[in-house]
Amino acid sequence: MIGELSSAEMDALRLSLEVATRSVLFSLPFAVFIAWILTRVRFPGRTLFDALVHLPLVLPPVAVGYLLLLLLGTRGPIGHWLNEHFGIVLVFSTAGAALATAVMTFPLMVRSIRIALENVDRGLEAAARTLGAGPLDRFTTVTLPLMLPGVLAGVVTAFAASLGEFGAVITFVSNIPGKTRTLPLALYTAIQSPDGDAMALRLAILSFVLGLAGLLLAEFLARRMRNALGR
Amino acid sequence: MLSVNVLKRRGDFTLRASFEAPTPGIIALFGRSGCGKTTLVDIIAGLLEPDIGTVNLDGLELSMPAERRCIGYVFQDARLFPHYSVEGNLRYGLKRATGSQINFDDVVSLLGLLPLLARKPKQLSGGEQQRVALGRALLAQPRMLLLDEPLASLDAARREEVMPYFEKLRDQLSVPIVYVSHQLDEVLRLATHIVLLEAGAVTAQGSPTQISLQPSFQAIAGREAVGAVLEGVITDIDPVRRLVELQIGRGKLRVAAPNAKPGAKVRVQLLARDVILATEVSHGLSVRNAIVGHIDTLLPEDPDTQLAHIDIGGAVLVARVTRNAAEELQLRPGMAIWALVKAVSLRIL
Repeated sequence: MIGELSSAEMDALRLSLEVATRSVLFSLPFAVFIAWILTRVRFPGRTLFDALVHLPLVLPPVAVGYLLLLLLGTRGPIGHWLNEHFGIVLVFSTAGAALATAVMTFPLMVRSIRIALENVDRGLEAAARTLGAGPLDRFTTVTLPLMLPGVLAGVVTAFAASLGEFGAVITFVSNIPGKTRTLPLALYTAIQSPDGDAMALRLAILSFVLGLAGLLLAEFLARRMRNALGR
Repeated sequence: MLSVNVLKRRGDFTLRASFEAPTPGIIALFGRSGCGKTTLVDIIAGLLEPDIGTVNLDGLELSMPAERRCIGYVFQDARLFPHYSVEGNLRYGLKRATGSQINFDDVVSLLGLLPLLARKPKQLSGGEQQRVALGRALLAQPRMLLLDEPLASLDAARREEVMPYFEKLRDQLSVPIVYVSHQLDEVLRLATHIVLLEAGAVTAQGSPTQISLQPSFQAIAGREAVGAVLEGVITDIDPVRRLVELQIGRGKLRVAAPNAKPGAKVRVQLLARDVILATEVSHGLSVRNAIVGHIDTLLPEDPDTQLAHIDIGGAVLVARVTRNAAEELQLRPGMAIWALVKAVSLRIL
């Protein structure tokens, strides 16, 4: 029953990896920036902003997908503008799947980076300052290297979670083989079809293995990096 | 000249510091914990903004941001970058500095850092960490160096290991140093100028000799540490009896000192409780030193004791006498008096 992966399954795996990679690469700079603002900047409405960033964690993924559809669909305000000026269409595309995934996993990444940033000793930044390092210099030579284990953990966790994002993807970009049918969507499709049991099981096991490998890798990398940083 | 005139409010604490101290040399900020010492050095470094006021160093107003102020800072907790090697830490400030009067190899040899260069900070002892922090600050080519209780986190043995490096720094480099401490012995040993801070205000300042005679300093130092700090020159050595002769002002004092060189300048502490006053000197005393002087001031210390300042010509000793003794000897300002001092009670700092 569990044999070689079929080409449809390979497509789903490849697509999942692509969507997860694009999603993580896209959200990483924003996540670092937002985490920095939430940790270091005091401004009115900060609590509300914090809540908004974390909203995808508690919202039904379908609701997030629907919201994206309303905003970024070809007739939505942003989607229309993007199509008009740049010819970018996000609905029913792999890029759209990556975006939906990025929105859903964004809080995970921000959370991990933020904890790392909170643990960076501000005293070391002050020391760098007295040694002649300006703000950007301090951030790149002291703050960023010291928070790197957390950033990396965030990236791997978000990547692993991205592989499994279902609701927001299927709502926003539908279930198109080779374009938006990622692992969980293929799994869902297999369960729906009368003779798809074997395929469903293989895909479920594949998801399980990928998720576990991702989490273990995150832990391993964080540990190695902590050692490299001399903690 | 370092001239500080700043006001800073933090919660219900107010720092109102104003002083002028000669440079180069070691300016010690001395006071109890919580008196505002660290706040003051943070302001000098530029890590804190004063509400009002300025800091001037040798005619230059220090108002630029900390990263362009060129003030070296050695923190109590070293604060070495954990992700850099010792060498990486040392070169961090050097790379960003404009001048290069202080060179890498000199600092490495001055502070004995050669065997440590490849190590990571976590592989260093507390004393080694502070030496690296000191080297790192020096290599940033600072106009001035701030040392905030750099020995506070070390035990006595480690302290003794690091202290000589500070003395080398004072004697070999012309970089002015501000040294923050609440340890009396460190301050008396290292400082060329002492600024006394109490509850956010400067209550006294001057050379160690001058400040040792100030009542506000004596109050902080504690009753057991009240005494004169004297600067002397070694004029003669008696290797057999292991005694040296010290010229202090116009007086000569014999001191027990195991390894001293003639002509060397030394700083000694003579506690008030170790000085005996006499109106005439009798023979057959074990005391090695009898110096004639006159009573400069006579101040009550507490209900039972008084502190007499004895001017021996160019130097002042402090003696604690009981009220009873003062009355019996009829001590009064201006009268001639003998000060008797045991050779072992003079402590070379």
